[in-house]
Amino acid sequence: MAMAEVLERLGYELDFPEKQTCCGQPAFNSGYRDEARAVARHFLDTFEGGDPIVIPSGSCASMVAHHFAELFAQEPETLERVHALEKRVWEFSAFLTEVARVEDVGARLEDIVTFHDGCHSLREMGIRDGPRRLLARVQGLELRELEPAQECCGFGGTFAVKFGELSGAMARSKVDAILRTGARTVVSLDPSCLMQIRGALSRRGSSIRTMHLAEVLASR
Amino acid sequence: MTSEMHRHIHETLGDARLQEAVYTATGRLKESRIAAVAPDVLPDYQELRTQAHALKKHAIENLDAYLDEFERNLEAHGGKAVYCQDAAEVADFILGLARERGARLIVKSKSMLTEEIDLNERLEKHGLESVETDLGEYILQLAHERPYHLVAPALHKTRYDVAEIFSARLGVPHEVVIEKQTATARAVLREKFLAADIGISGANFLVADSGAVVLVENEGNARLTTSAPRIHIAIAGIEKIIPRAQDLATFLKLLARSATGQWLSVYTSFLSGPRRAGEIDGPEEFYVVLVDNGRTRLLEDPDKRQSLYCIRCGACLNACPVYRKIGGYSFPWVYSGPIGSILTPQFMGPSHAPGLPFASSLCGACAEVCPVKIDLPKALLELRSEVKIADRREGRGRWEKLGFRLFAWLMRHPRLYEMAGRMASLFAPPARGGWIRSVPGLMNFPPLKAWIDERDLPPPPPRSFREMWRRR
Repeated sequence: MAMAEVLERLGYELDFPEKQTCCGQPAFNSGYRDEARAVARHFLDTFEGGDPIVIPSGSCASMVAHHFAELFAQEPETLERVHALEKRVWEFSAFLTEVARVEDVGARLEDIVTFHDGCHSLREMGIRDGPRRLLARVQGLELRELEPAQECCGFGGTFAVKFGELSGAMARSKVDAILRTGARTVVSLDPSCLMQIRGALSRRGSSIRTMHLAEVLASR
Repeated sequence: MTSEMHRHIHETLGDARLQEAVYTATGRLKESRIAAVAPDVLPDYQELRTQAHALKKHAIENLDAYLDEFERNLEAHGGKAVYCQDAAEVADFILGLARERGARLIVKSKSMLTEEIDLNERLEKHGLESVETDLGEYILQLAHERPYHLVAPALHKTRYDVAEIFSARLGVPHEVVIEKQTATARAVLREKFLAADIGISGANFLVADSGAVVLVENEGNARLTTSAPRIHIAIAGIEKIIPRAQDLATFLKLLARSATGQWLSVYTSFLSGPRRAGEIDGPEEFYVVLVDNGRTRLLEDPDKRQSLYCIRCGACLNACPVYRKIGGYSFPWVYSGPIGSILTPQFMGPSHAPGLPFASSLCGACAEVCPVKIDLPKALLELRSEVKIADRREGRGRWEKLGFRLFAWLMRHPRLYEMAGRMASLFAPPARGGWIRSVPGLMNFPPLKAWIDERDLPPPPPRSFREMWRRR
């Protein structure tokens, strides 16, 4: 809802195709390519057309923009549709900075925040400075960088439950890094990273909250 | 196997001293690498990576021709190439040669390939003494352990561990000062170098146009290994071939920087043949053993053959948040870290260690630092798919398969998907203080249990996005 709010504030008209479900990444990353392909096909059918598609998750966006092509490498016709789709898919912050070309969306949030780079946003989509520029223009907000920066939170989809103990240990290291910054809020582009970080913060008994970038930008 | 790996992971995560040792050592290597490839000291770093990738690709795709060229040039200098299919053939060759020449003592410099084929054990079984001379490898040989890390094999050992090992195995007084420990090892190893009949080394590169073996090292032990004994045997995987000596300008710039953050390693040796007339040192006989051991199988597959580009720098291990937590011994084979998670199933088949390709959050930190640009996450994803195909063939993982079929079906039926969401919020375990902190016994099975054991779970939202969207 926060993403819709920000986009509408910028004058965009929104459509939410109710047929939509998932991009299929859970199946793809777990080795089930047939199942992933079936879900990806549903995604392709749902998002037929020419409008840009804005996704509030770097990981989902990357699945569509980078991995659909692998799934349909043997189907030239579908592959053509995939390539057309790739050009229309945007992670939320990238859409703001590269398509809407805005940095100041008129948000205001009195808070000290730190920003967690989701691995797929960062390494597959190459998103690094954009969200930081957007945060810098939020009135009242102070950004403190994580150290070490750019380290995985340990979510990794089914990895989080297949290697629960390891994933939990990675989340605890992330929590340690967050606590060292003294921030009161953790911001990210990916709901799944936020779920992992939030769960680990809560287990630690910390009152630090997590927010999606869209929620920060919707604040005023 | 998966449970075996989980047991190792559990033990490593619970060992605070080990956690600290591995995290600190890999952290230092990681930071040194970052400094050594920074734009102000190596402005063409990214171009070098692209070049290295292209050179390796070309070499691997024309491997037969370059191996021929290498062999011709090596033999022109008086060296001899020996092709071996597998571990047994390598051991047989060395044992046969040792028998003919009456050799008893072998000194060895660091080589992952000899670890891959358990060479020391095979030689010792036949009464030969084979001594590791790289300090880390020597420590591990005394401790009867395998390398923990590609380039820093004893990275998990502190000086206190080394003090224990040396006093137990060498009978020297307990000594924790690193310089004195090094002096002890040096004193023992010098005698071995002087008495050895055969020196066995690995090879970092085999240069086709000059028939040369290139070795990089920091301790000087490889130099002694390859020059003091009267016979030198270099053992290398066939993928170590590079076309031209001038290509080293690319690879040497990347290798040490990626491995340890050094601009160049302390010693870089070019060895092309035995001692020639008029020379005062060097071995009388020089052999290069070219080992397949499963590599040609990878050559057939255009995706898999990328893992043959690896120059064993270890950068992916240091960058990997998983390796830094679970260390080298949680991995089932001699190759650990991201590259190990790829090489192991590729060499041994998808059923050997089926859990291994899944032990990754797919964060991509490995691919980011790989000097030859191997797409490691892509390879992991492909291996995951192979494991699932093998599972199906062998009747494993039926429940999970059923789960994902259900998932795929649900995701193609938006109405049912929406209903499933409502069911989830109806049947979710009770939340306390806004969080699900424990699950009732009935639901306490793997996926949910694995999550809740480690962290809290936000309860499903009371209203779905769809509902809110419709109400706007």
